[in-house]
Amino acid sequence: MSFMPNIVGFACQWCTYAGADLAGNLRAKYPPSIKLIKVPCSGRVEPEYVLEALANGADGVLIGGCHFGDCHYKTGNYKAANRMKILKKLIEDAGFDSRRFRLEWISGAEGYRFAEVVEEFTKELQELGPNPLKGGNGNGK
Amino acid sequence: MANKVKTAFLLAGGCAGCEMAVVDLSEKLVDALEHLEIVFWAPTVTDVKYKDLEEMEDNSIDLAFVDGMIRNTENLHTVEVLRKKSKILVAFGACATLGGIAALGDLHTNEELMEQAYKKSFSTDNPDNVMPTPEYLLDGKYDLTIPALLPNCSTIDQVVDVDYYVGGCPPHPSFVGQLVGAIVAGDLPPAGSWLTGGKAVCDTCKRNPALTGQERLPIGEIKRTIDGRPDPNTCLLQQGYMCFGPVTQGDCGASCLNVNIPCRGCGGPIPGIKDFGARCVSTLASSMENEAVAEQFIDKYNDMAKMFYRYSHTASKFNHRVAQRKEKAA
Repeated sequence: MSFMPNIVGFACQWCTYAGADLAGNLRAKYPPSIKLIKVPCSGRVEPEYVLEALANGADGVLIGGCHFGDCHYKTGNYKAANRMKILKKLIEDAGFDSRRFRLEWISGAEGYRFAEVVEEFTKELQELGPNPLKGGNGNGK
Repeated sequence: MANKVKTAFLLAGGCAGCEMAVVDLSEKLVDALEHLEIVFWAPTVTDVKYKDLEEMEDNSIDLAFVDGMIRNTENLHTVEVLRKKSKILVAFGACATLGGIAALGDLHTNEELMEQAYKKSFSTDNPDNVMPTPEYLLDGKYDLTIPALLPNCSTIDQVVDVDYYVGGCPPHPSFVGQLVGAIVAGDLPPAGSWLTGGKAVCDTCKRNPALTGQERLPIGEIKRTIDGRPDPNTCLLQQGYMCFGPVTQGDCGASCLNVNIPCRGCGGPIPGIKDFGARCVSTLASSMENEAVAEQFIDKYNDMAKMFYRYSHTASKFNHRVAQRKEKAA
C-alpha cells in the first residue's frame, strides 16, 4: 500500500468548511488524507498551530480561507495571507520543507476545487514522504 | 544563622552576563547575604569545584539559579547534578529559559560551527588547522579530556524540571531579591511560573500610541535601524521598524526602546504564548498593510528564523525537533 499522508486542515467555517461539505454532497472523490478542523476564520489560525502540527508529525498542513473580498469579518483572510507568507519563509529558514504547508482560498461554492486541492496536496506529500519530525514521545524532549 | 537560604549559581552554556547582573547589585548583594548563604557559585565567582557539588546531600540547596543553555556534555551533567541537590531550580535569563543567542547555532550543523570558529572567521589564526577534540593524549601519557559538543542545544526545562523562569538578557537582578524575599516569607508562586509583571514591553514603553490617544495604523513601509535614525518619541512599529514589544515581557521597562533600539524579545513571551517566534509573526504580519509590505519585510530582514527566534530558538518545539534531526539530515 502506498503511503497515505496525514494532513491537518484548518478550514474557515464560512467558506472552505462549507466547500468541503459541498464536495461530499457532490460525491466528489478525494483521498482520505485530510482531517479538517473548523475555525471561525482563516485569520484565527495562529502560526503557532501550524508549527505545533508539524512538530507533532503531521505530514502536511492546509489552511483554507475565503477569497479576497469575501471574508465574513472583512479583513481576516488578508491578515492570514500576510502571516502565512512570512510563516512559509520562516519554516524554510528553520530548515524544514515548506512545501508541507499550504494556504488556499476555497469558497463555499467550490466543492470540486476542495477535492482537487486535497488530491493534489496528497500527491505532493506522497512524493515528499513522511514528515521527518515524526516519532519521539511528542513532548519535544 | 541557621535559617539562611542556601543558594547556588551555576553557569551552563552562557556568557556569564546574567551573573554579572547579579554582581551588579553590589552593596545590595552584600546586604542580601544576611539572608543568603552562597554554597555554590561556579565556575565564575567562588572557589568551589563540581565535585564539591556532587558530594552535597540531595535537596540540600534551597535555591539554585542556572544561567546558560545546555550546549555540551559538561552543561548536561552539572545541571542534572544541581537539580538533584536543589529544592528550587530557577532558569535564569534568556539562554536558560528559551535558548538565547547561542541557540541560533542550531540552525547550522556542528561541523559548520567548528569550521567557522576554528578555521574561517577572519580573526582566526590557525595555520595547522588544529581542531579541538573531546579526548587528547598529550606527550603520549597525559589523557586530557574536554566536554564534547552535543548534537543540538536544549533549554534547561528540556532536560530537567524547572520551578521558575526568569527572562531577560540579562535579567534584572531585582528578581533574585524577589525570590529570596518570597522564600524567606514562605510565599512562593506556583511552580512552573515565569517571574514577571506579566505586562508587555509596549505597556511600559513611553512611545505607546495609546498613551496619547492615537490610533495604530497599518504599516506601509518597512525599515531597518540601518536605514536612518528613528524618531525617538514615536512608536517604532508605527514608523516601520520591526519591534517585538507587543509579545515580550516588559519587566525591562522598555530599556532598548528608551535608547531607540527595537525590542528583539529577550524578556521572553508574555503569558499564554507557547511559541514566541510564531506569535511574533502573527502580531507583526497583521499590522502590515498588505502582502506587498510582507514581501518587503522578508526582503529586508532576510532570515526569518534568525529574526523571530533571536532569543527563543530552542524553546520552540518545532525548532527543537528540527535541530535534533539536523545532524542526520546533513
